[in-house]
Amino acid sequence: MKNLRLFFFLGIFSYLYLPIAILIVNAFNSNRYGLKWDGFTLKWFKTMAANDGLMEAAQHSLAIAVCAATFATLIGALAAIAFNRYRFPGRRILQGTLMTLMMAPDIILAISLLVLFVAIGISLGFWSLLIAHITFCLPFTMVTVSARIQGFDPFLLDAARDLGASERQLLYRVVLPILRPALFSSWLLSFTLSLDDVIVSSFVTGPAYDVLPLKIFSMVKVGVKPEVNALATIMVVLSLVLVLLSHLFIKEKENNECAG
Amino acid sequence: MKSRTRQLVIGLVSSWLILFGVLPILLLVGTSFLAQDPIEFMRYDISLDAYRQLADPAYLEVILRSVKLAAFTTFFCLVIGYPFAWLTARLSKKSRTVVLILLMIPFWTNSLVRTYAIRMVLGTQGLLNTLLMKIGLIDGPIRLLYTDTAVILGLVYLMLPFMILPLYANLEKLDYRLVEAARDLGASYIQIFRKIIWPLSLPGVFAGCILVFVPAMGLFYVATLLGGARQLLVGNLIQQQFLNARNWPLGSATSIVLILMMTLMLTSYGLVLRRLATRKVRP
Repeated sequence: MKNLRLFFFLGIFSYLYLPIAILIVNAFNSNRYGLKWDGFTLKWFKTMAANDGLMEAAQHSLAIAVCAATFATLIGALAAIAFNRYRFPGRRILQGTLMTLMMAPDIILAISLLVLFVAIGISLGFWSLLIAHITFCLPFTMVTVSARIQGFDPFLLDAARDLGASERQLLYRVVLPILRPALFSSWLLSFTLSLDDVIVSSFVTGPAYDVLPLKIFSMVKVGVKPEVNALATIMVVLSLVLVLLSHLFIKEKENNECAG
Repeated sequence: MKSRTRQLVIGLVSSWLILFGVLPILLLVGTSFLAQDPIEFMRYDISLDAYRQLADPAYLEVILRSVKLAAFTTFFCLVIGYPFAWLTARLSKKSRTVVLILLMIPFWTNSLVRTYAIRMVLGTQGLLNTLLMKIGLIDGPIRLLYTDTAVILGLVYLMLPFMILPLYANLEKLDYRLVEAARDLGASYIQIFRKIIWPLSLPGVFAGCILVFVPAMGLFYVATLLGGARQLLVGNLIQQQFLNARNWPLGSATSIVLILMMTLMLTSYGLVLRRLATRKVRP
C-alpha cells in the first residue's frame, strides 16, 4: 500500500516535472533540435541576450508585473479591509463580482476589457495592459489579505487604542505588521500571475507594447527555438525562487500565530 | 478623518470593480446583439445576426467538440486529482507541505513555457516516441503531436493543480473518525468511499470541476501549440473572431456560451452546498 502510494506520487510528479526538466537540459544542449546530447553550451543564452525584441519584451513584462503586483496588492488590501470591516450598501454584490472575476475564464475578462477599452477610447498598450493585469490579480490579493484579516483578533485594535495609539500609529504599528506576510505573498502571487498571462495580454495590448509571453508564443508557433529554452530555464528558476520566498512568508505567518 | 478615509477606500474599491468588472461584461453582452461591420468591428444596430451565425451547424460542431475536450480534461483531472488529494491529506504534516510545494512549483511556472515543454516531449523525435521505440512498443515514431490526445494531455497538465487544491482543501477537513467508525461497523472500502467520503467531498469535486471545465475551453494557445492549426477550443473561436475575422458580435455571442455554462455550473454548486447543509441538520 505504501509502495503503491509512492509510485502514484512519483508518476504524477514525473508527468509534472519531466517536460520542464527536458526543457532545461535542452537549454544547455549544443544540438539545436534537442534530439540527442551534443555537449554543454551556453550559446543559446547568448542568442537570447542578443535578441533585442525578446529583451525589450522581457523589460515590458517585468515593468507590467511589478506595477500590477504593487497596485493589485494595494487595492486588494483596501478591498479586504472594506469588505471585512465596513458595512456599506452593495457590499455583497461587489464581493460576488470579485469572486466571479476569479472564477471566470481569462478569455472572458480579456475580451470584455477589450470591448471596454475600445468603447471609452483607451489605446491599447501599457495602460490597458496594466489595468487588465491589476483586475485579474485583484481577487487573489483580496482573498489572501482577507484570510489574514479574519484571522486576527479585533481586540488588538481596541487594546492599542486604549493604550493611547493614534489612528496613524494604529495603522503603522498594529495593522501593517499583522498584514505584512499576506501583503508579501499577495505581491508575489500577482507578480507570477502577471508574468504568466498569455490570454488577457494577447487581447489588450497593442503592437507597440509587446510582452514576453506573446513574444514566446509567436516564436514557438513556427518551430523549435533553442533560445526559448534558455529563456524558459531562467523563468523556471525565477518561479522556483518565488515559490520558496512565498513559502517562507507563510512560515513566518504561522510562527507569528504561534507567538500571538 | 476616519470616515473620510473610509469613504475613499469604499469609493476606490467599488468604482474599480464596477468600471473594470461589471461594466465590461455588460458591454460584452451588448456587443453580442450588435450588427457586424468588417471595418469598425461592429455597427450600432440591434441585430440577432451573431446568434444566427452561432447556431450554424459547422460553428456549433466546434463548440461541441470543445465541450468534449474540456469534459475529457475535467474527467482525467478528477481521476488523477482525487486520489492525489486524498493521499496528500493523509500524509504527515511535514510530507504534506513538501508534496504541496512540489505541486505549486509547476503551477507558478509560466504555462506557455510548460505547454511548449509538452510539445518537445510529444514530438516525433521527442522523449515519448524514443522511449516507446526503445522498449519495443512501436516500430517507428507515431504522430502524437497535433492530435486531440495531445491537447487533452496538455490541458490536464495545466489544469491539474486547479482540481487538486480545492479537493485537498475539502478532504483535509474530512473527519477521519467517520471512516474509522464505518470500518468498525464492518463497511467495505467501496462502501466507505461511496457512502461517506464521496458525498462529503462533493463540494470539493464541484469546485474543482468548475475551475477546470470552463477555463479549459478558453486556453487557445494549448490548442494552437499541441493541436495544430485547427479550431479546437471555444477560445480559438473567440480569438479568431476578435483578432482575425473582426466579427466582434459573433465573438461576444460565443463568449456568452461560456458565461452561461459557468453560471449553470455555479448554480448547481450552490444547490449541492445547500443540500449538504440541510442534510447535516437532519437527525
